[in-house]
Amino acid sequence: MSRVRVLVGTRKGAFVLTADGKRERWVIEGPHFGGLEIYHMKGSPADPDRIYASQCSDWFGQVMHRSRDGGRTWETVGNRFAYEGEVGTHQHYDGTPRPWEFKRVWHLEPSAADPDTVLAGVEDAALFRTKDGGQTWQELPGLRHHGSGSQWMPGAGGMCLHTILVDPDNPERIFIAISAAGAFRTVDAGQTWQPINHGLKSQYIPDPEAEVGHCVHRIAMHPSRPDVLYMQKHWDVMRSDDAGSSWREVSGNLPSDFGFPVEVHAHEPEAIYVVPIKSDSEHYPPEGKLRVYRSRTGGNEWEPLSRGLPQEHCYVNVLRDAMSVDALEPCGVYFGTTGGQVYASASAGDTWAAIARDLPAVLSVEVQTLP
Amino acid sequence: MIRVVLPHHLRRLAKVSSEVVVDVQGPATAAEVLDALEARFPMLAGTIRDHATRQRRPFVRFFACGDDLSHQSLDTPLPEAVVSGAEPFIVLGAIAGG
Repeated sequence: MSRVRVLVGTRKGAFVLTADGKRERWVIEGPHFGGLEIYHMKGSPADPDRIYASQCSDWFGQVMHRSRDGGRTWETVGNRFAYEGEVGTHQHYDGTPRPWEFKRVWHLEPSAADPDTVLAGVEDAALFRTKDGGQTWQELPGLRHHGSGSQWMPGAGGMCLHTILVDPDNPERIFIAISAAGAFRTVDAGQTWQPINHGLKSQYIPDPEAEVGHCVHRIAMHPSRPDVLYMQKHWDVMRSDDAGSSWREVSGNLPSDFGFPVEVHAHEPEAIYVVPIKSDSEHYPPEGKLRVYRSRTGGNEWEPLSRGLPQEHCYVNVLRDAMSVDALEPCGVYFGTTGGQVYASASAGDTWAAIARDLPAVLSVEVQTLP
Repeated sequence: MIRVVLPHHLRRLAKVSSEVVVDVQGPATAAEVLDALEARFPMLAGTIRDHATRQRRPFVRFFACGDDLSHQSLDTPLPEAVVSGAEPFIVLGAIAGG
């Protein structure tokens, strides 16, 4: 029977949750790296026991870890992330130029083909790659140098490159997103990049339809349809049917279109999930009710999913990298909260149960479906 | 031989349980001690000094013989008691809550 492994990064360590394909009884291992922030962990599709983890702290900076045994033991790998060439400047919050300065790794995207190759999205926004299992990291500088970098500005969480989507049909086509610059696409494996933000509207920037400056929180793609992208923007849930060249809003009947994660059902490319948050000033669910919203029509028509989730006095947030799906049937959906709960649904969202209830604040959730 | 006391998280990262001892080839300065420390424990590179600037990370402090050495140049000679091994060179994480 298949198994599921859930990799949970938190404010104070990493946890690994495992269950068989029924997804009813969970074993929790951890904390690994106790007391330290784990921004993200992700396993290699080519070798699921190879897992990479990004650890960071205000005291001791960035440390990278690698596991070869599914997260039971870890070894430290390289943590030097040096920008290539002229460092240049981006805009600070007040609009003044500020030199790029590496702060942390937000997101790791292991290659589908090679367990030693991983892309890393970092703050201040840039894309790095390792080809030697994390020992050394090299920037793909074409992104920062493509022309608009000097206009990028940090979002409230920092100027982070937080989303990396690789087209499974064409690994040279990669989509990334930066808060608060927007979404970008390369078709030559990262040598050249193009902003893909037409159709986004952001009231908080002087030109609400500017080419860059949009606070994109997350992008998602179904592997069978890499031209269709879904986006949770600061406000607005968006959809593109032309690989990001244009976007249209699909917020529809959501109670709030502010939020962080967006995820796609493993087997239904038009079934998508978001977690509405009250507003950019009040980062908790509307009415104190934790509800995932699902659309089976690729947006616009949404239904609340609340069975098993707290429906009163709930004031947690769900961060952008804290939602994921498994590949079982029915599709499992998972998310973690800033209150330390990890909720799972083995029924594509129809019902939910907490599989961990009292962890530190959850920063990221990734799911591996194992043979 | 210089005795170095590391904070909890760096001891775990380096997989050591107590203070460590490093050999310093040149004059005994904080920079030389940190170079020797990183040579023996490569996983500590970047955690005490920033990779790019080579400067002390802001929330890391250096103490020895009851004095805070954090704001003096990394090339300042260390106290004789540290050089002789009577006192350790202490790397400390600044106190901050959360």
